[in-house]
Amino acid sequence: MSRLVRPYGDTLDDGKVQLSFTLPVTWSEAADEAARRLVASMGFTGVQVAEGRGIADGFSFFVVYAATPAAVDVDAIPPSAVRAHAMTMEEIDAFVDERIGRKIRLAGACIGTDAHTVGIDAILNMKGYKGDYGLERYRSFETFNLGSQVAPEAFVRFVKEHDVDAVLASQVVTQKGSDVRNFTELSELMEAEGVRDRVVLICGGPRVTNLLAAELGYDAGFGRGTLPSEVAAFVAVSLAQRLARRPHPSPA
Amino acid sequence: MEVSIDRAAVDRCREAAARIVAPVEAFIGRHSTVSVERAVLRLLGVDGVGADDVPVPNLVVDALPAERRAGGVARAFGAALAETGLAPAQLGAELAAGRCRLDDFAATPEAAARGAVAPYVDAALARVRSRRSERDAWLQRRPQLPPPLLYVIVASGNIYEDRTAAVAAAQAGAQIVAVIRSTGQSLLDFVPFGPTTEGFGGTYATQANFTIMREALDEASERLGRYVMLTNYASGLCMPEIAAMGALERLDMLLNDSMYGILFRDINMKRTFVDQHFSRMLNAYSGIVINTGEDNYLTTADAVEQAPAVLASQFINEQFAHRAGMLDAQIGLGDAYEIDPDREDGFLFQVAQAQLARQIFPNAPLKYMPPTKHMTGDVFKGHLIDALFNLTSVMTGQTIHLCGMLTEAIHTPYLADRVLSLDNARYVMNTARHFGEEISVKPGGRIERRARDVLAGCEALLERVASIGLMAAIDDAAFADVKRSPDGGRGFDGVFERAPEYYNPFEEALRPAAAGVG
Repeated sequence: MSRLVRPYGDTLDDGKVQLSFTLPVTWSEAADEAARRLVASMGFTGVQVAEGRGIADGFSFFVVYAATPAAVDVDAIPPSAVRAHAMTMEEIDAFVDERIGRKIRLAGACIGTDAHTVGIDAILNMKGYKGDYGLERYRSFETFNLGSQVAPEAFVRFVKEHDVDAVLASQVVTQKGSDVRNFTELSELMEAEGVRDRVVLICGGPRVTNLLAAELGYDAGFGRGTLPSEVAAFVAVSLAQRLARRPHPSPA
Repeated sequence: MEVSIDRAAVDRCREAAARIVAPVEAFIGRHSTVSVERAVLRLLGVDGVGADDVPVPNLVVDALPAERRAGGVARAFGAALAETGLAPAQLGAELAAGRCRLDDFAATPEAAARGAVAPYVDAALARVRSRRSERDAWLQRRPQLPPPLLYVIVASGNIYEDRTAAVAAAQAGAQIVAVIRSTGQSLLDFVPFGPTTEGFGGTYATQANFTIMREALDEASERLGRYVMLTNYASGLCMPEIAAMGALERLDMLLNDSMYGILFRDINMKRTFVDQHFSRMLNAYSGIVINTGEDNYLTTADAVEQAPAVLASQFINEQFAHRAGMLDAQIGLGDAYEIDPDREDGFLFQVAQAQLARQIFPNAPLKYMPPTKHMTGDVFKGHLIDALFNLTSVMTGQTIHLCGMLTEAIHTPYLADRVLSLDNARYVMNTARHFGEEISVKPGGRIERRARDVLAGCEALLERVASIGLMAAIDDAAFADVKRSPDGGRGFDGVFERAPEYYNPFEEALRPAAAGVG
């Protein structure tokens, strides 16, 4: 099966998109034309420069509408595995009791230089997000919120020292791809320090997708609008599977 | 507009804040820090870096044995000035290169040491005064537009790109430009040196970067016919040094909070209290306006619940600032527009809080921070939320207005983001310029009730803190649900008790200015 779709303006398959950008040129009618040609050179048709104006010496800003002939096959995109285990907090607590038999130790942090803890706080803080309680409220989780600007080395050290089962790394704000660099550094360090295999490693943030997460060596990635219970369910199920595969430790 | 508030409750809050701050001030008076001592050296003219790019002020202070450090670096340094006849910059270089040691001059009489320092103290204070009169002259000759003063940030990491962005923003209507620091600089126990072109989420605060930005904005101010102000951060582990550099380079504002570093950066509380005091003495003298950081209470927890903590922190910041000699007109107390946009009547709550601060601190240049916590990738909705923030600011007479970015939570602002944001603010503030003067608040209505509740919550919090003491209260998570112990956190090893003979010539010179205020 394949299902080709194009952007929808007001008619099926019209391919309409809006763009806005700045060019480092002083505004003139020629600048509008430059913007139009630039967008046309991207393969768009019917390019309309709706707004073009100077915003500072040597800089012009444009709002452009155009149509794209490109289409995308939405059925070719693999479904996200991470939200496959919808469970409530009570169900997750019961699942962990039965399948793991102890609390899951989970550590979260905003890594690298990012100081925006809004994402990690939404998942971990007791209050939660959109009426979905945060992981601190779960009976079956022991959570450590390390806050912001946690260096990957410090994070890995914490994971080793505290026998952490699941790691949440968050990156909200990016500057020239810093989020991807930081995520990569963390997963590589986990590997190098020999803890990668024993933790469920998750990244999150507004630009994170599950595909990106897989590319960077994470077990899952959670993007915009993620609810705490979605993360909790993924961690619980993944950890249960992992423990089931592992040989049982001999009784003490 | 005016909201009816219980003036007696306001008086009780101020009195409680005074009781909270007084014992801390006594502690401050008995201590100094490595950053205070480095600021003294910087003001005397010591600058540059030695081996491994370690700043000379750090090398000099770190080389002092603890018992001599307790007497103040100025004393030891003054002795060396007297004995060598060198100027401070040269002496600093000699010490950094290891060609002499302050310990070589331990026997010099105190009077000689003080005498040798005195002309450099006078020169430093004269330079700070002249930078201050330059600002006054600029503001006379090229007056700013009326408040709310539109404030934007630049944060490319490269000071030269920042300069381009700052000039473009000024042309688009910005009246204040802040160069966001590289993330993590607040935790460095030194100030980097020279112009910098790499940073993370911001650009390092260095004296050279200050100069570059000040020159560019002076040029823009001349061209635009209005003075454009420059802002940086006297926060973190180097508050006093940044305050000294800001005074020397004619910065106009500095972010400076009496508790922010403790709560949100895990900097030791004793370090922060001592550092904020000396940095504010310098700010007072240099005519710099501080911006306090109450927005952080709202971004890290629920904004509706944290409103009393914001007001309580404003009272405490006011007290600390007064005791360092700052005038009300220099105290830019913070607040932020952070209530969940899905909350019914959230706008009314924002107006209540902003108006409450306006009436309680009538002469303070209030700093209003934009929505960040509930901004998403939906730039269209974000732009709309920013518009209501802009409306709240103009109708409640806020002074310093940090323009919200429609791309907040996506990336550090693009050049056009700032322009769109400034357009938004200029439109709303122009079309609703006198709205606040034309309306009255319904007695007993939602806004008034909210203002009353926030004030009552604030009084209860201040009373609780006053009863156990500020340090114990922070240890007990009284603010922002964050618990910090008095001897924990970063930078504690840089705090030391003053010896009876402690000497800080700038503190002595500035103290009379501080007396009689607050």
